[in-house]
Amino acid sequence: MGEILIALIKVVFIWVWVLLCAVVMTWVERRGAAMIQDRPGPNRAGPFGLLQPLADGIKLFTKEDIVPAKAKKILFMLGPLLFSFPAFSTFAVVPFGDKFVIDGKEILLQVSNVNIGFLYIVALGSMAVYGIILGGWASNNKYSILGGLRSTAQLVSYEVPWGLALLAIALVYGTFSLRDIALAQSGTFLGVLPNWGVFKQPLGFILFMVAAYAEANRVPFDLPEAESEIVSGYHTEYGSMRLGLYLFGEYVNIVTLSSLITTFYFGAWHLPYIDMSAFLGPISYGIASFIVFFLKVAFFLWLFVWVRWTVPRFRYDQVMTLGWRELIPLGLFNIFVTALVIQLTA
Amino acid sequence: MHNSELSESFDEMTSGHSTGDYVKINIGPSHPAMHGTLRVVALTDGESIVSADPEIGYLHRGVEKLGENLNYTQFIPVTDRLNYCSAICNNVSYEMAVEKLMGIEVPEKAQLVRIIMMELARIADHEVLVGILGVDLGAFTPFFYLIIQREEIYEIFEWYNGARLTNTFGRIGGLVADLPSDFETRWQKLRDGIRNANDETDKLLTHNRIWTDRTIGVAAFSPKDALDWGFTGPCLRACGVKRDLRKDEPYSLYSRFDFDVPVGKHGDVFDRYMIRMEEMEESIKIIDQAFKMYKEMPADAPLIAKVPKTIKPPAGDVYHAIEAPNGELGFFIRSDGSDKPYRLKIRPPCYMVYQAFGEMVKGEMIADMIACLSSLNVIAGELDR
Repeated sequence: MGEILIALIKVVFIWVWVLLCAVVMTWVERRGAAMIQDRPGPNRAGPFGLLQPLADGIKLFTKEDIVPAKAKKILFMLGPLLFSFPAFSTFAVVPFGDKFVIDGKEILLQVSNVNIGFLYIVALGSMAVYGIILGGWASNNKYSILGGLRSTAQLVSYEVPWGLALLAIALVYGTFSLRDIALAQSGTFLGVLPNWGVFKQPLGFILFMVAAYAEANRVPFDLPEAESEIVSGYHTEYGSMRLGLYLFGEYVNIVTLSSLITTFYFGAWHLPYIDMSAFLGPISYGIASFIVFFLKVAFFLWLFVWVRWTVPRFRYDQVMTLGWRELIPLGLFNIFVTALVIQLTA
Repeated sequence: MHNSELSESFDEMTSGHSTGDYVKINIGPSHPAMHGTLRVVALTDGESIVSADPEIGYLHRGVEKLGENLNYTQFIPVTDRLNYCSAICNNVSYEMAVEKLMGIEVPEKAQLVRIIMMELARIADHEVLVGILGVDLGAFTPFFYLIIQREEIYEIFEWYNGARLTNTFGRIGGLVADLPSDFETRWQKLRDGIRNANDETDKLLTHNRIWTDRTIGVAAFSPKDALDWGFTGPCLRACGVKRDLRKDEPYSLYSRFDFDVPVGKHGDVFDRYMIRMEEMEESIKIIDQAFKMYKEMPADAPLIAKVPKTIKPPAGDVYHAIEAPNGELGFFIRSDGSDKPYRLKIRPPCYMVYQAFGEMVKGEMIADMIACLSSLNVIAGELDR
């Protein structure tokens, strides 16, 4: 009973927390864009426009729900749901902190510590694209279908380097469990560097980052919804909260991706050179690890915003060239070097 | 035609009929990248364009016919609505045509003020173009840097005669008002601002790998084709043809100024972008020189020539063209000696450029088509008239 209750609390907590992060991100995105572009940004609703996401939500919820007459209705409705579901679900295996110790009982800050965390992530990561393709197909609109097709082309180009980068991580840490990887990143190696993935897998980190930006469908990889070319791509025909789910799902997605980057490459909840568990009590340590983890995540979230407002968009064939001709060979090379180093140092 | 027939033919043009292996996509007239109300019906093979058929006329307002029904002075505000990004150039072009027809000699001071204002309008026009090109290629931020500077230019226009977009600048024979007294300080501040914004844009775009990949070699056009299709202005110079009416057929006082005419090489989107960036700097040079000459003028120098109250040019034809930001903007006027033109014809630069659009984008991808369209700076107001 106690176990189930704790699991339930964790699920609800992290769900609400990710939701909150995504809501705040919509605000950060707009204010961040405004900051980068020399303009004030939304500043009417609440202090610093902080209530803007709420206002947007109310607007989307109260708008008329329109389904185009010639759309495939069931698929049309399924699209946004399929898109936002994987983004939330991926969080189930992400360790968002170390642990609490209450009455000698350990409570891990992770919904489920499965030993095939990697496969789970890769499987769910490819699910989201179904939402896009279905949305594009069911809309019965040429721009939408183009968006959906672009998304497919993009998926096959970035999924492979993304998997290759993950594989190299698995080689380094010898495990598929995200928590074990996080635990392995404490302390230092070679005497000076923190024992973080980014120092052990610099090339892998770059590959993973690029693939993550493609996965998130954001500039420079926002071709499925390239506004100036295909109106809004796959969600051209969507309105009200269905559109909201697509837009919101994107933010949930980047929260998840930032968490993955932090877990794999930036030491999860570990601070460099400082062992927090040595001087903090069991409960305050749990809280501190959670805070450290999300501070790192916040940095990557900001990076997503920063990149979006800095670079132009790729063309669809250029993304495929980048994926197949540059990232995949680099990914294979990375695995080869990693395996070689492990073999030689073992 | 019956309603049902109409809707049928509309369906045929726009909706899901595939033609063989190709899909027909209707882009515009209401589409985020079709600036103004342009329309392209494209036959596509996946994302590649097999053929693109530009269709015009969605912003036709009968401007030339209006010209026959308004007297010579009344037509000036109508010219504002041609290329609304640089209305002052349209105004001056029209005024100069009428002046040429009547043989009016415009006082030098007025000509200098006109040149200053026209070059400001050129900068404003190019800033919009570069910004929009960025937006269409997914780079949103430079647009804001540039548009802030365009706003500053509009502030100067506004402070000259109260209008920002549709300036209705000047009169036939010269100007009504002089440059306001603190132009110098304003201009110096503005010049720094423009240079800063252009620098930022340059840093964000020119050497950005994604940007160069997206623009270099895209929708390239050979000098011969460009001349055959009647290109003028930056689009022609991007192909490597050094033709600028300010140099080749100097009008007004342009022969006195020292400035370069930037020329491209390949006639692709990148060259068209670079030409605009470089031309802004040249315009700054011209304004500096013009203002120096202006300051040497006596304060009470006349601003307007002796012009009769009712403008009645002698019967005859005239064509006068200037180098507008988009290229050769010409006005042909046939006068029958009355106070209204017998016939008025406008030669807009983007009409000739847009003709070749289908040719240019053949074989390119949809994304390139949008980039190409933005780089041509087709303004519907001037295209459809």
